[in-house]
Amino acid sequence: MRIELERRPSHSALFSVVSPFIALGLTVIAGAIMFNVLGKNPLDALYSFFIEPLTEVWSLHELAIKAAPLILIAVGLSVCFRSNNWNIGAEGQFIIGGVAGSIIPIVFHEWDSFLVLPAMLIMGIAGGALYAGIPALLKTRFNTNEILSSLMLVYVAQLFLDWIVRGPWRNPEGFNFPESREFDVEAILPELLPASGRADLGIIFAVVATLLTWFMMSYMLRGFQVSVLGQSARAGRFAGFSANRMVFFAFLFSGGLAGLAGISEVSGAIEQLQPVISPGYGFTAIIVAFLGRLNPLGIFAAGLILALTYLGGEAAQISIGLPDKIARVFQGLLLFFVLACDTLIHYRVRLKFATHSELAEEGA
Amino acid sequence: MSLIEAVLLTITTAATPLLLAAMGELVAERSGVLNLGVEGMIVMGAVVAFAIAQLSGNPYLGALCGAIAGCVFSLLFGLLTLTLVTNQVATGLALTILGLGLSGMIGESFVGEPGVQLEPIAIPLLDQLPLLGPLIFKQDAIFYLSILCVIGVSWFLFRTRLGLQLRAIGDSHGSAHALGISVIKTRYYAVMFGGACAGLAGAQLSLVYTPQWVENMSAGRGWIALALVVFASWRPLRVLAGAYLFGAVTIGQLHAQALGFGIPSQFLSALPYLATILVLVIISRNRRLTLMNTPASLGQSFVPDR
Repeated sequence: MRIELERRPSHSALFSVVSPFIALGLTVIAGAIMFNVLGKNPLDALYSFFIEPLTEVWSLHELAIKAAPLILIAVGLSVCFRSNNWNIGAEGQFIIGGVAGSIIPIVFHEWDSFLVLPAMLIMGIAGGALYAGIPALLKTRFNTNEILSSLMLVYVAQLFLDWIVRGPWRNPEGFNFPESREFDVEAILPELLPASGRADLGIIFAVVATLLTWFMMSYMLRGFQVSVLGQSARAGRFAGFSANRMVFFAFLFSGGLAGLAGISEVSGAIEQLQPVISPGYGFTAIIVAFLGRLNPLGIFAAGLILALTYLGGEAAQISIGLPDKIARVFQGLLLFFVLACDTLIHYRVRLKFATHSELAEEGA
Repeated sequence: MSLIEAVLLTITTAATPLLLAAMGELVAERSGVLNLGVEGMIVMGAVVAFAIAQLSGNPYLGALCGAIAGCVFSLLFGLLTLTLVTNQVATGLALTILGLGLSGMIGESFVGEPGVQLEPIAIPLLDQLPLLGPLIFKQDAIFYLSILCVIGVSWFLFRTRLGLQLRAIGDSHGSAHALGISVIKTRYYAVMFGGACAGLAGAQLSLVYTPQWVENMSAGRGWIALALVVFASWRPLRVLAGAYLFGAVTIGQLHAQALGFGIPSQFLSALPYLATILVLVIISRNRRLTLMNTPASLGQSFVPDR
């Protein structure tokens, strides 16, 4: 048996809508098989993984908390990926955004004003954008591969956060725990409906970023430049678009959003700096971006789904005693299926079965 | 054993996994396939090698199974990028994410368990040489394999017909296909070789370097190996030099941490990653030279038009 691809004359509109759903279906089936192998009842396990977190109001709030950073980062990455720039260091930009935004509530914690929070957010965005500017600068000036440089900077950022929290920024009243001081109330991102759960303004930022990016990509010249340069750098050059400037735009844009996600997470969900502030949001966001087919509106939905895998992982650990790593397995599988199903958009897949005469030919 | 000997010995131990993983990736990239899943394949190799060695008590069986695990895992990448022509960058990332998750799950019950170590094998007479003896001729099997791998790959790529074909595919898959060379099949083999090497590199980590299982124990080595291939401008002997250079940086910063110097340990730990960026900047600066060295169809999908 052989798999053969036949290019479609034009991409299939049907499959560009359906393929993410096929991928989700396949992931659930693969998950059921995996649960079965682990000796759990697949239906029970899938229920506690994917449905149970949606049945209570407080856990819907948790879903919003997990989805907000994923959506913010992934929306930025979609612009980057569409312009054919491979920023895979969003995790590092998220961390640096969180650190830069925390300068005010930690170093200048006496400052007490309604301006504290806006200033923190701006500094978070600036921190993430500047950190993403490093691979952009290296790529445009020195022709350095941005995949590797942006990824290496993730490790550097993780170590920097670890150092600053254990060293200079350690809470003086914290009994030597490796934590920064807790943020004062004016430095904390307000909760939306404090009566029913913890969800904060972060999810609103995600909605706004999604809509603005969607508008930019659909109706603005900048969005057009992104698509043209991404699909054909040569065509972009003929149109007079600068590829170098696009590298900077893509990296600063995605880095800024990752930085905003970072400071929102720190000032909203954690309310202080800790040695680790991200359960891999920057990497999971790559999956979100692809599951959303690099379209901001699709990404919003995809972010909610991936957020569910985080909650499901925690739920599965508590209710059926599965390791929480299972969430990452689900995420990896999902990305595989998404990529495989996207093939259906551009190609017809044919299974060829060798006939007897062909077999005889091969044998001869 | 003198201090210098001890330091040099730890450098070889730190360099071997980088060398193996980078050699495997070099072959894959020479055939035109950019597999960013090295990190995932290493960590899968590490966990499988550790588990099998622990369960069977035989580290050699463990190392073999680690290599097989890397190879099987890379087939997943091959199936997607070669047969289903998916984007190689995204698929490689998927392989890394899946590998880190899956290995964490498999290794859950092995955390903190004492491992089985791959013991050094002394080569008679040669191991009596001063300095070089214990350094090169009294090492574990994976070290010998890594050196053989460099020699074998150099010979294969530049002295055999199949090697020439593989390089031709990497430089122009269209022309190679027109000449009747099977592009997809060769790329499958190249990817599988890369996977086996990465798996063996992982086995070295969990059976030699630190004989235990720690989650995410590859700690970015897969990415450093990828950078090494660029650094070496896709030449096997330069990969050897690069791997040992990075091994030295890694060990150097560990010793600096032990000595103190008043520099925070996190800054020293960041050195190998910063060194990688610095080296990439220096190597890639000359655009024309980089373009000449890079396999021309690297990262591009191929669909035969029959």
